[in-house]
Amino acid sequence: MSSFRALVRRDLTLAVREGGAIGTALGFFLLVVALMPLGLGPDLNLLARIASGILWIALLLSALLSLGRIFESDHEDGALDVMATGSLPLELVAAAKATAHWITTGIPLALLAPMLGLLLNLDGAAYPALVATMLAGTPAVSFIGAIGAALTLNARRGGLLLALVVLPLYIPTLIFGISAVSAATLKTGAFESSFLILIALSLGSLVLGPLAAAAALRIQMQ
Amino acid sequence: MQTLTQRLANPTRFMQLSAKLLPVFAGAAAAVILYGLYLVFFVSPADYQQGETVRIMYIHVPSAWLAMMAYGLVALSSFGLLVFRHPLADVSAKAAVPIGAAFTFLALFTGSLWGKPMWGTYWVWDARLTSVLVLFFLYLGLMALRSSVEDENLAAKLTAVLALVGVTLLPIIKFSVDWWNTLHQPSTGFTSTVDPSMRWPLLVMAVGFSLLFFALHLKAMRNEVLRRRVKALRMADVARRDTNAEPVAAE
Repeated sequence: MSSFRALVRRDLTLAVREGGAIGTALGFFLLVVALMPLGLGPDLNLLARIASGILWIALLLSALLSLGRIFESDHEDGALDVMATGSLPLELVAAAKATAHWITTGIPLALLAPMLGLLLNLDGAAYPALVATMLAGTPAVSFIGAIGAALTLNARRGGLLLALVVLPLYIPTLIFGISAVSAATLKTGAFESSFLILIALSLGSLVLGPLAAAAALRIQMQ
Repeated sequence: MQTLTQRLANPTRFMQLSAKLLPVFAGAAAAVILYGLYLVFFVSPADYQQGETVRIMYIHVPSAWLAMMAYGLVALSSFGLLVFRHPLADVSAKAAVPIGAAFTFLALFTGSLWGKPMWGTYWVWDARLTSVLVLFFLYLGLMALRSSVEDENLAAKLTAVLALVGVTLLPIIKFSVDWWNTLHQPSTGFTSTVDPSMRWPLLVMAVGFSLLFFALHLKAMRNEVLRRRVKALRMADVARRDTNAEPVAAE
């Protein structure tokens, strides 16, 4: 467990000291959200209605942008091979790296979302629900994303391929995330069921993600 | 005593067996589908509400069923590759993906043609349609991943991992119409809610399409085995030329 924590701390330190990575994702998030009203017209009522969808899609796209980072640099400089031969099982290595990705990307994006909600005229009462669903849903984004990042490690055109591989797997998360937020805005009462399914998706991916990612990594290291 | 899957681990034996089976499957598929089409167009009645468009269903339902069955086969083959290292498992998985994608597309396309006169729109974002579209994307992802990794062995195993991850979505697709009450009607599962005059042609078409699938799959597997043999021969040829060329260069 201590090596797991050490690995998470190492990745966090790297993310902070390298700089840029977190900021880029946040900047991209802001830009995508800002582009929407330019494309759809500045009708505030319309924007308020579709704000939850815009925010969730923008969050997925910004997270997608940073997924490559999970394994890529460690694979390039050989650190991943050292970790694979270490005492920590590869499944836990993958889990640690996905956790670090969640902390450096998922949490900042979720916390920035309410501010962007202001730009989209999102109902103030929905902010707690928005942050809660994003915090509950982003682990699924990071852990499913880790599978895609591991699978496309040696692929040509890695970035585009990663999107094609991972986005279909994100669709359930997206659907329940959006339906939870819009249930909270419209006060239809369906918030709880969507929110619980979202948590279930996150917990499921917490198990499946490291297993599949480690299998993919092992295949490529043979 | 070897089981059939163990004996088929020898590609030559598979080629012999499939050479005999392929005409049987292909012939049966052609006969059953022709009989089914005859039933569909000349015997089964038009629906009292849907009119003639009900006949689209006889293509739509079997395609949709095969779209999912093909994914099941891909997943099963992937499991066979990763766990048992069966030499034909990857051939089977690779062959099934494009066929499954084609049937998924057919299901979406025919459904959309039926939806225009019945629902008044080509496309609705209801649970079943969306989940089948996700299945289509999943097939595309499998093909894209395989084509972008250069080493064929590596590509096979990575695709297998992705296929097994994708299995988690399969129950969502299968039961989406039962869990969410949406526009797309729930599956009848060939039960008595469908009138016998329509159930029988549907059943015949389902059997015919399944036979067609197996014939296509077998043919694609044979092509893949042959392709690999040609590739191996080419490599051997190049290697031999290299060893022959060396003494000449030394002179």
